[in-house]
Parts: sequence; C-alpha cells; structure tokens
Amino acid sequence: MPDVFLDGRLLSVAEGTTVAAALALGADGCSRTSVSGQRRAPLCGMGICQECRVMIDGRRRLACQTLCRDGMYVDTRP
Amino acid sequence: MTEFADLLIIGAGPAGMAAALAAASSGTRIVLLDDNPNPGGQIWRDGPQAHLPVEARRMRERLRACPNVRCHANTRVIANAADKILLVENAEQGWLIAYDRLILCTGARELLLPFPGWTLPGVTGAGGLQALVKGGLPVRNERLVIAGSGPLLLASAATARHHGAQVLRIAEQASRAAVAGFAAQLPRWPGKLWQSFGLLDAHYRTDSHVLEALGRDKLEGVRLLQHGKTVELACDRLACGFGLIPNTQLGQALGCAVKNQALAVDAWQATTRRDHYAAGECTGFGGSELALVEGAIAGHAAVDDTVAAERLWPRRARWQGFARVLNKAFALDTRLKGLARGDTLVCRCEDVAYGELSSHTDWREAKLASRCGMGACQGRVCGAALEHLFGWTPPAPRPPFSPARVETLLSLDVKASG
Repeated sequence: MPDVFLDGRLLSVAEGTTVAAALALGADGCSRTSVSGQRRAPLCGMGICQECRVMIDGRRRLACQTLCRDGMYVDTRP
Repeated sequence: MTEFADLLIIGAGPAGMAAALAAASSGTRIVLLDDNPNPGGQIWRDGPQAHLPVEARRMRERLRACPNVRCHANTRVIANAADKILLVENAEQGWLIAYDRLILCTGARELLLPFPGWTLPGVTGAGGLQALVKGGLPVRNERLVIAGSGPLLLASAATARHHGAQVLRIAEQASRAAVAGFAAQLPRWPGKLWQSFGLLDAHYRTDSHVLEALGRDKLEGVRLLQHGKTVELACDRLACGFGLIPNTQLGQALGCAVKNQALAVDAWQATTRRDHYAAGECTGFGGSELALVEGAIAGHAAVDDTVAAERLWPRRARWQGFARVLNKAFALDTRLKGLARGDTLVCRCEDVAYGELSSHTDWREAKLASRCGMGACQGRVCGAALEHLFGWTPPAPRPPFSPARVETLLSLDVKASG
C-alpha cells in the first residue's frame, strides 16, 4: 500500500493505483488550474489530452500514466 | 546514451505485442516502447480495478521470456534526432534509440467533440472513464451518464457497473436501424456478440446525444437530446466519446503518408517510408483482433519472413470486414457539429472558445490568431475536433512531440556536436 502526499495530505492507496485515481480517492479529483483559472480533471485517461498534468516530486508528469509510489509528492496547485 | 535496436516498436498494445512476438523468433534485437506503466495498450490496460483476459496475460509472459526483446515502459518519443534515431524520455532520463527498422503501433485516441460544459471536472472520455476506472478511480454508487458513439460506450458502462457505478443512461448518437443492422451482422464474427447486448440494456438509447454538461464548478447533471426530446439527468459523471481516431502524428513526423486520416500501409503493413511499418489502430480503427493480426504481419514482414506474414492475410481480411461494418454503423451524424456555443472552449490547453475560431478559414490562421492547438497537448484534442467540425487539416507535428524536460532536449545537442 503506497503512501503518497497529495497537496500535502497523506493518502494510502492500493498497489498499482494511478495518480489520476489518487486525485479522486484523496481529494476532489482535480489535477490542475487552466490558463483562465478553471479547475480541470483527467479527461482522456490515456496520456493524450494533458489535462491530468500534475507536479510529482517537482517534475511535471501525467497523472493518468503514473503509478503511485511510496513517498511521492503530488501537487495540483503548484 | 544511444541504444541500438534492429527493430524498434512504438506502442505495446495488442498490435505492438503481437509484432514483437512475431519478430522475436528470428533472434533480432527488439526494443518495445510504451508511454504507459504496463504493456497492453488501452484495451488490456492493467491496474487495481482491471481484469486482464487470459490472452493478454499469456502474451505478456511470452514477451517477458524473450531474451531479445527489451521493453521500456513509461517512455515517450520526444523527437526524431536524425535519420533512424529517435529521442525518447522516461521519468528519469532522456536517451537516443537508433534503429534499422521501425513498427508504429501508436494506437488510437478518442474523438472528443466540444459541447457546453465539457471542461467541467466530472466529464471524461468514454474510453477515458474506463481507463481511469481500471487505474483505480472510485465510481461506487456514483450516477453515470455515458454518451457518444460506438461499442466502447457499452464496454465503458460494463466496467463502471462492475465497480459499483449506477449507469443512468447510455446515449448512442447512431440510429436504431444502424445499431440493429450492426448487431444483426455480428454472428459473422464469433466472440464479438457481446457488443450487441446494448440493444437489450434498459438504459441504452439510440438517436441520442449530449447537448450540455451542467454544473458550476463540477458536473452536476447532463442535458441530452433523446429521440428529438430534451431530457435532463442529475449525475456525478459524464463519459462522452465519439469513436476512435488513429494516432498518426509520429508516423507523419517520420515521413509516412496518411490516407483517410490513418497511416497508409500496404499488404505487408509497410508504410510509404522504407523500413517503416505500421499496425493496429494507427492504420485505422478496427478492434483488438484486427490489431493483433496486423501486428503479427508487421512483425514477420519486418524480419523478412514473408511466408509467415502472408499466411495471416486471410485472417486480417476477415477482421477488416468487421471494421468496415463497425465504422459504417457508427458514422457520426452531422448535427454533432452544432453542439458548441460561442463561449464553449475548444482548445482546453489555451482556453480558446469556439467563437474565436469559427470566423477563420483554416487551422494555421486560427492558430496564429488565437493560440489554439499551441498548448501542452499540441492540438491532439482540439485539432481532431476542428478537423471534424470544420474540415481543417492539422499540420504535421513538429518535435518535441510531447512536453519534455530540458535535460532530455539537451541530448539532441550532444548528438549534433558529438
């Protein structure tokens, strides 16, 4: 059971859970804020649309294609 | 660092896996890349809420047992660095891969068309929802509406239901006659029968499509047009996709010709560029069985085993027949071109509204005036939507093909100077 920090809050998820799923398990499911200030959530689920991009351990990654790892820091409001 | 492959395969879905397995017995050095954490593509996506079919598991095991196949997961192609050299990137590093021959198995993506409210959290693609659920997205006790077109709506509904969601409605834009005609032909392809069950699903409606996603900060409901009547349903999620479109971008960037919005291939799955092959959904949408046989043909052909490749032609022809029936039945109605309003965002990366685009005459003009398609997805979503809505052909993509780290792009310089 990996533990991740989602916007500073600790969350335990099942092995193999994507960061995109963790966003909904631990918070409101949103991944980023758009250029005009709207909150957005994963859309295509398969690495195309880039809506699910989040900061993971300081690097921009796609939440839908990244599996949760123990000790990972995920930020949706960098 | 430069890695060398006799045969490089881009995409480890059914086509890419079949290609690798077909080519592996020749002993050739194969590298198989995929941007997902596991092989399997979309249809065989693994995860805490996924159930892999036996065939998928068996193929994965066989691949693992091949000493001459190296798989790189979570790896994307960033640029073509030089002739037959690609720059790739994973979570840790960027590097170059030089190859003799290449098979593109880049799959398909959902056609996502803009409609009012489609940017609200809670709205996903139809296949998108299925992929997210397999990855662990909780949907238990959520109220779902699934809309758009094609058999994927039913597959997505089945996955969501299996994980405790309440599917209120499946809205298929195609007519009842078209869907019934499709279902009537299914016995010609045993194993595909499950797709006809939609007609027996109490929540399935033909001649129905989404009008608007409702809500302020997140999705609260959906307005549908059902057999000409407006219906509103309160729901927690809307999964909406209008069928699949081939991912041709990388093939185009490598100089492979496109025909009918798919990578053009001959009987050997060879593209118009020498030593470059393509298989699966990037050559046209047709389902996993067609992808598997195309992948195997490409794999055999890429190691010059033309006898083994040719032996598979009849099976390919059979599944191409299925693809034709499928694509005809779920052809999109023109009224779907009128869903967006002036203030509906079309480009979700740069937040460009329909009203800012509709007065332009082509993609280039619209892009220069509005920044449409210049964001992180590089027009993969809005470019396909505008091609459908206005007939604008998106330009061939330029590297970097997806957002990349500066350290990775520096590998290009090292190559150039070294």
